[in-house]
Amino acid sequence: MSSPTPITIRVQDADFDAAAEVARLVAGRCDIGGVVNFIGYCRDEGGTLAALELEHYPGMAEDELTRISVDAAARWPLLGLVVIHRYGRIRPGEQIVLVACASANRRAAFEAADFLMDFLKSHAPFWKKEHRVDGSDGDWVDAKTTDAEDLSRW
Amino acid sequence: MKVVYFAWLRERIQRPEEEIAFPSSVTTVREALTFLSGLGENYAYAFEKPEIIRAALDKKHVKPETLIAGAREIAFFPPMTGG
Repeated sequence: MSSPTPITIRVQDADFDAAAEVARLVAGRCDIGGVVNFIGYCRDEGGTLAALELEHYPGMAEDELTRISVDAAARWPLLGLVVIHRYGRIRPGEQIVLVACASANRRAAFEAADFLMDFLKSHAPFWKKEHRVDGSDGDWVDAKTTDAEDLSRW
Repeated sequence: MKVVYFAWLRERIQRPEEEIAFPSSVTTVREALTFLSGLGENYAYAFEKPEIIRAALDKKHVKPETLIAGAREIAFFPPMTGG
Protein backbone atom coordinates (compact mmCIF):
# COMPACT_ATOMS: atom_id res chain seq x y z
CA MET A 1 0.00 0.00 0.00
CA SER A 2 1.26 3.47 -0.85
CA SER A 3 1.79 5.99 1.92
CA PRO A 4 -1.07 8.43 2.46
CA THR A 5 -0.91 11.71 0.55
CA PRO A 6 0.19 14.64 2.74
CA ILE A 7 -2.82 16.99 2.79
CA THR A 8 -2.75 20.58 4.03
CA ILE A 9 -6.08 22.38 4.54
CA ARG A 10 -6.34 25.95 5.80
CA VAL A 11 -9.32 28.30 6.16
CA GLN A 12 -8.06 31.77 7.07
CA ASP A 13 -8.72 35.50 6.72
CA ALA A 14 -5.06 36.25 5.97
CA ASP A 15 -3.61 36.22 2.46
CA PHE A 16 -1.40 33.31 1.37
CA ASP A 17 1.90 32.95 -0.49
CA ALA A 18 1.35 30.41 -3.27
CA ALA A 19 5.05 30.16 -4.12
CA ALA A 20 5.90 29.37 -0.50
CA GLU A 21 3.14 26.72 -0.36
CA VAL A 22 4.47 25.01 -3.50
CA ALA A 23 8.04 25.19 -2.16
CA ARG A 24 6.85 23.47 1.04
CA LEU A 25 4.98 20.85 -1.01
CA VAL A 26 8.10 19.79 -2.92
CA ALA A 27 10.72 20.38 -0.21
CA GLY A 28 13.04 17.41 0.24
CA ARG A 29 11.25 15.28 -2.37
CA CYS A 30 12.66 13.87 -5.59
CA ASP A 31 9.61 11.82 -6.66
CA ILE A 32 7.40 14.77 -7.66
CA GLY A 33 7.27 15.39 -11.41
CA GLY A 34 4.83 18.27 -11.46
CA VAL A 35 2.71 20.61 -9.38
CA VAL A 36 -0.52 22.13 -10.68
CA ASN A 37 -1.41 25.30 -8.89
CA PHE A 38 -4.80 27.04 -9.18
CA ILE A 39 -5.35 30.48 -7.64
CA GLY A 40 -8.81 32.05 -7.60
CA TYR A 41 -8.90 35.87 -7.48
CA CYS A 42 -11.56 38.45 -6.72
CA ARG A 43 -12.73 40.14 -9.98
CA ASP A 44 -13.86 43.79 -10.11
CA GLU A 45 -16.86 42.92 -12.35
CA GLY A 46 -16.20 45.69 -14.84
CA GLY A 47 -15.17 48.19 -12.17
CA THR A 48 -18.46 47.91 -10.21
CA LEU A 49 -17.26 45.71 -7.33
CA ALA A 50 -15.51 47.25 -4.31
CA ALA A 51 -15.07 44.01 -2.38
CA LEU A 52 -16.43 40.54 -1.72
CA GLU A 53 -17.46 39.49 1.77
CA LEU A 54 -16.82 35.78 2.19
CA GLU A 55 -18.83 34.06 4.90
CA HIS A 56 -18.06 30.50 5.97
CA TYR A 57 -19.28 27.81 8.34
CA PRO A 58 -16.37 27.38 10.79
CA GLY A 59 -15.50 23.74 11.30
CA MET A 60 -17.64 22.46 8.44
CA ALA A 61 -15.58 24.43 5.90
CA GLU A 62 -12.38 22.69 7.03
CA ASP A 63 -14.15 19.30 7.24
CA GLU A 64 -15.57 19.55 3.71
CA LEU A 65 -12.27 20.70 2.18
CA THR A 66 -10.60 17.73 3.92
CA ARG A 67 -13.25 15.30 2.70
CA ILE A 68 -12.98 16.52 -0.91
CA SER A 69 -9.17 16.37 -0.70
CA VAL A 70 -9.22 12.79 0.64
CA ASP A 71 -11.55 11.88 -2.28
CA ALA A 72 -9.10 13.43 -4.76
CA ALA A 73 -6.16 11.60 -3.18
CA ALA A 74 -8.09 8.33 -3.50
CA ARG A 75 -8.83 8.93 -7.20
CA TRP A 76 -5.42 10.15 -8.38
CA PRO A 77 -1.86 9.19 -7.35
CA LEU A 78 -1.08 12.50 -5.66
CA LEU A 79 2.16 13.08 -3.76
CA GLY A 80 0.92 16.17 -1.95
CA LEU A 81 -2.05 18.48 -1.82
CA VAL A 82 -2.70 21.97 -0.46
CA VAL A 83 -6.06 23.74 -0.24
CA ILE A 84 -6.30 27.23 1.28
CA HIS A 85 -9.56 29.20 1.28
CA ARG A 86 -9.88 32.73 2.65
CA TYR A 87 -12.86 34.35 4.32
CA GLY A 88 -13.71 37.95 5.27
CA ARG A 89 -13.47 41.06 3.11
CA ILE A 90 -11.49 40.53 -0.10
CA ARG A 91 -10.87 43.27 -2.66
CA PRO A 92 -10.54 42.96 -6.46
CA GLY A 93 -7.14 41.63 -7.41
CA GLU A 94 -6.72 39.77 -4.10
CA GLN A 95 -6.41 36.01 -3.85
CA ILE A 96 -9.37 33.94 -2.57
CA VAL A 97 -8.41 30.29 -2.96
CA LEU A 98 -5.37 28.11 -3.63
CA VAL A 99 -5.39 24.51 -4.79
CA ALA A 100 -2.00 22.89 -5.37
CA CYS A 101 -1.61 19.24 -6.42
CA ALA A 102 1.71 17.41 -6.71
CA SER A 103 2.13 14.18 -8.63
CA ALA A 104 4.75 12.12 -10.44
CA ASN A 105 3.05 12.93 -13.73
CA ARG A 106 1.16 15.99 -14.93
CA ARG A 107 -2.18 14.41 -15.85
CA ALA A 108 -3.09 13.39 -12.31
CA ALA A 109 -2.15 16.82 -10.97
CA PHE A 110 -4.18 18.70 -13.61
CA GLU A 111 -7.24 16.48 -13.19
CA ALA A 112 -7.16 16.47 -9.39
CA ALA A 113 -6.90 20.29 -9.25
CA ASP A 114 -9.88 20.61 -11.63
CA PHE A 115 -11.90 18.08 -9.58
CA LEU A 116 -11.04 19.83 -6.30
CA MET A 117 -12.21 23.23 -7.59
CA ASP A 118 -15.49 21.81 -8.95
CA PHE A 119 -16.37 20.09 -5.68
CA LEU A 120 -15.10 22.93 -3.51
CA LYS A 121 -17.44 25.39 -5.27
CA SER A 122 -20.57 23.34 -4.69
CA HIS A 123 -19.80 21.51 -1.40
CA ALA A 124 -17.57 23.70 0.76
CA PRO A 125 -19.72 26.03 2.93
CA PHE A 126 -18.62 29.47 1.72
CA TRP A 127 -20.88 32.28 0.50
CA LYS A 128 -19.95 35.49 -1.32
CA LYS A 129 -21.65 38.83 -0.84
CA GLU A 130 -20.87 41.75 -3.17
CA HIS A 131 -20.10 45.26 -1.99
CA ARG A 132 -20.45 47.78 -4.82
CA VAL A 133 -18.20 50.73 -5.69
CA ASP A 134 -21.21 53.10 -5.49
CA GLY A 135 -21.61 52.22 -1.79
CA SER A 136 -24.81 50.21 -2.24
CA ASP A 137 -25.10 46.89 -0.51
CA GLY A 138 -24.77 44.37 -3.27
CA ASP A 139 -26.36 40.96 -3.59
CA TRP A 140 -25.33 37.56 -2.43
CA VAL A 141 -23.72 35.79 -5.37
CA ASP A 142 -26.01 33.16 -6.88
CA ALA A 143 -24.72 29.64 -7.43
CA LYS A 144 -24.21 29.08 -11.14
CA THR A 145 -26.39 26.53 -12.91
CA THR A 146 -23.18 25.32 -14.58
CA ASP A 147 -21.84 24.22 -11.16
CA ALA A 148 -24.01 21.09 -11.30
CA GLU A 149 -22.87 20.37 -14.88
CA ASP A 150 -19.26 20.78 -13.75
CA LEU A 151 -19.83 18.09 -11.09
CA SER A 152 -21.36 15.66 -13.57
CA ARG A 153 -18.00 15.58 -15.42
CA TRP A 154 -16.62 13.45 -12.58
CA MET B 1 -31.26 21.81 19.24
CA LYS B 2 -28.86 24.51 18.08
CA VAL B 3 -29.99 25.95 14.74
CA VAL B 4 -27.55 28.03 12.67
CA TYR B 5 -28.13 30.12 9.54
CA PHE B 6 -25.79 31.50 6.91
CA ALA B 7 -25.66 34.16 4.19
CA TRP B 8 -29.05 35.58 3.14
CA LEU B 9 -30.89 33.10 5.35
CA ARG B 10 -29.11 34.59 8.36
CA GLU B 11 -29.91 38.12 7.19
CA ARG B 12 -33.59 37.38 6.61
CA ILE B 13 -34.02 35.61 9.97
CA GLN B 14 -31.93 38.37 11.58
CA ARG B 15 -29.90 36.09 13.79
CA PRO B 16 -26.95 33.75 13.20
CA GLU B 17 -28.12 31.00 15.55
CA GLU B 18 -30.67 30.07 18.16
CA GLU B 19 -31.81 27.22 20.36
CA ILE B 20 -35.03 25.58 19.13
CA ALA B 21 -37.00 22.87 20.92
CA PHE B 22 -38.56 21.04 17.99
CA PRO B 23 -41.84 19.27 18.78
CA SER B 24 -41.68 15.48 18.67
CA SER B 25 -43.69 15.50 15.44
CA VAL B 26 -40.65 17.00 13.69
CA THR B 27 -38.43 14.05 12.71
CA THR B 28 -36.73 15.03 9.43
CA VAL B 29 -34.70 17.96 8.11
CA ARG B 30 -37.60 18.87 5.80
CA GLU B 31 -40.03 18.91 8.74
CA ALA B 32 -37.63 21.06 10.76
CA LEU B 33 -37.49 23.56 7.88
CA THR B 34 -41.29 23.61 7.60
CA PHE B 35 -41.60 24.12 11.38
CA LEU B 36 -39.12 27.03 11.31
CA SER B 37 -40.87 28.69 8.36
CA GLY B 38 -43.99 28.94 10.55
CA LEU B 39 -42.24 30.90 13.33
CA GLY B 40 -42.86 34.33 11.80
CA GLU B 41 -42.77 36.55 8.76
CA ASN B 42 -38.98 36.74 8.63
CA TYR B 43 -38.75 32.92 8.79
CA ALA B 44 -41.40 32.53 6.09
CA TYR B 45 -39.40 34.94 3.90
CA ALA B 46 -36.12 33.11 4.57
CA PHE B 47 -37.61 29.72 3.71
CA GLU B 48 -39.95 30.86 0.90
CA LYS B 49 -38.12 28.63 -1.60
CA PRO B 50 -37.45 25.48 0.46
CA GLU B 51 -36.31 23.54 -2.61
CA ILE B 52 -33.11 25.62 -2.91
CA ILE B 53 -32.20 25.56 0.82
CA ARG B 54 -29.34 23.25 1.85
CA ALA B 55 -28.91 21.72 5.28
CA ALA B 56 -26.22 20.19 7.45
CA LEU B 57 -26.49 18.08 10.61
CA ASP B 58 -23.49 18.35 12.92
CA LYS B 59 -21.56 19.99 10.06
CA LYS B 60 -22.23 17.30 7.46
CA HIS B 61 -24.37 17.79 4.34
CA VAL B 62 -27.74 16.03 4.61
CA LYS B 63 -30.81 15.49 2.47
CA PRO B 64 -34.33 16.76 3.38
CA GLU B 65 -35.45 13.26 4.40
CA THR B 66 -32.58 12.74 6.87
CA LEU B 67 -33.69 12.15 10.47
CA ILE B 68 -32.63 14.84 12.94
CA ALA B 69 -32.76 12.65 16.06
CA GLY B 70 -29.47 12.67 17.99
CA ALA B 71 -27.98 15.68 16.20
CA ARG B 72 -26.65 18.59 18.28
CA GLU B 73 -26.64 21.20 15.53
CA ILE B 74 -28.67 21.78 12.39
CA ALA B 75 -27.64 24.37 9.81
CA PHE B 76 -29.61 25.90 6.96
CA PHE B 77 -27.98 27.86 4.12
CA PRO B 78 -28.29 28.82 0.45
CA PRO B 79 -26.34 27.00 -2.29
CA MET B 80 -22.64 27.55 -1.73
CA THR B 81 -20.61 30.05 -3.75
CA GLY B 82 -17.01 29.64 -2.63
CA GLY B 83 -13.91 29.22 -4.76
